[in-house]
Order: sequence, then C-alpha cells, then structure tokens
Amino acid sequence: MQTIIETAFTPFQALGGGALIGLASVLLMAGYGRILGATGIMAGVLHPTSKADWTWRVAILLGMMTGPLVFWMFSGAMPAIQVPISTPMMIIGGILVGIGVTFGSGCTSGHGVCGLARLSSRSLVATLTFMATGVATVFIIRHILGA
Amino acid sequence: MRLFGIYIIGLIFGLGISISGMSNPAKVLNFFDIAGTWDPSLAFVMGGALGVTFFGYRVILKRSAPMFDTVFRLPARTDIDLPLVGGSAIFGIGWGIAGFCPGGALPALGTGRSEVLIFVAALLVGIAIAKFLPRAFNTTAPA
Repeated sequence: MQTIIETAFTPFQALGGGALIGLASVLLMAGYGRILGATGIMAGVLHPTSKADWTWRVAILLGMMTGPLVFWMFSGAMPAIQVPISTPMMIIGGILVGIGVTFGSGCTSGHGVCGLARLSSRSLVATLTFMATGVATVFIIRHILGA
Repeated sequence: MRLFGIYIIGLIFGLGISISGMSNPAKVLNFFDIAGTWDPSLAFVMGGALGVTFFGYRVILKRSAPMFDTVFRLPARTDIDLPLVGGSAIFGIGWGIAGFCPGGALPALGTGRSEVLIFVAALLVGIAIAKFLPRAFNTTAPA
C-alpha cells in the first residue's frame, strides 16, 4: 500500500522552516489576535460568519500557496513532493483527515504548534493522540501488512 | 493594507512549510516509521515552530489587544471529550495513510501538483461529512 521512499535527515531545513512557521503563528496573533490553524482557517472559508471573516481567511490561504513559489524563486526548484501511495489511498487518507480534524477541532498547526504554545491541555491530548495513531498506522501498513 | 499583512503572514507560513519538508508525504511517512526508514526531521520542525511560538506568545499575550484588532480570539475550552480524542485519532490515521496534514497540503497547492489537489478535495469531502453527520443524528455539530 505504501512504497518506501527513503528521505535524508535535514535538521537545519527542518528547524529553519519550523521557525518560520512559528514566526507566522506569532505574527498572526500579534497583529490580528488569531490562532494560525490550517483546519480552522479552511473550515471558516467554507462556513464564513461575515464577509470580513471570509476575506482574511482567503488572504492567508493565498499567501500560503505563494510560499512554494517564493521557495522556487530562491532555490530554483519547487519543494519536493514525493508520494509513496496510490490515488485511492490518498483519497481515503484525505477524507479521514477531514473528518478527524473537524471533530478534533484542529490539526498539527492549530493543536501541535499554537495550542501547545498556550499550554492547552486539549491540544496536548490531541497532539499525543494524532502522533500516536500516525505512528501506529504507518507501522501497521509497512511492517504488519507489509507495505 | 490589513489583508496584505495577513497575506504576508500566510506567505511566511507557506515558505516555512516548503523549507521544512512538511509538504512532502514521503518525509512525513518516514517520520512516523520509527521501526523502518525513520527520518526524525519533522521533530525539528515541530521543535522550531513550537519554540518560536511559545516565547512569542508569552510576549504578545501580555498586551491587552492585538495591533490591528480589538481582542485576542483564544479557545476557551479545557474539557477532554470524545470528539477531541476520537477526531484526533482519526486524523492521525488519515495522516499516516496519506502523508499530508492540512497545514502541509494547503501551501503545497501552490505547486500545482495533482496529488495535492486530490488530497485537498478529499479533505474538503471529509470536513463536509463531519459537519453533516451530527446533523443527521440530530446532535451538536462540531465547531
């Protein structure tokens, strides 16, 4: 179900990219008083409460999508996207992620970064849970079912 | 001007995601594969993001209001309930299958790659299902 594509350990890109993610979260709170959670921002585009509530969400999403283009301008290549799974599995995974983040009120950015930074107990439980089931799922797919 | 500032914040986030490798499913799945081709990079992404946000929030939230708005909109709930735990568990399963999380996939739409489009379309279907299900059973919809 998954092909194995080995990836190199890239601690400096990871730390630097992570710091930028953190900077964006801090700036959105400092300027506009909002949690930078991809789930919440996206859900609000689908169910806006007002026109102003809709426009800021579209603005930040457009900004996010510009990120890979700026990456390309500096590095000469788009960020690597290596997909080790089939299209049906991608669809199943996507639907599960959508259901999960909606019931769970957040994802990696909202719970894992902003929530943990606020020392929220809900976000700690959410983050430990989705990390654990992520590890368990890959273990089952790759080592029990045999990739 | 207000919207341009928000756009730039989104851009910083999207650039961070692009540099970090969070939008690369192979890298994410290898992070989860502790018993196999483990790539610990994403722990450094989380560490970098959390470190900056933790100290940044400490400074900012001492203020009475954000610079361009009237209030800080912070979640007030503290209860641990079934939707939180069950939803997060389902999210992790989907993340372990697809290798994309919402914050990794949304910026990656900018690459124009069809796999990202397919994931985000499925993600939206999942959100619609989750919003519809509780209504079908006549209970409270998740926020």
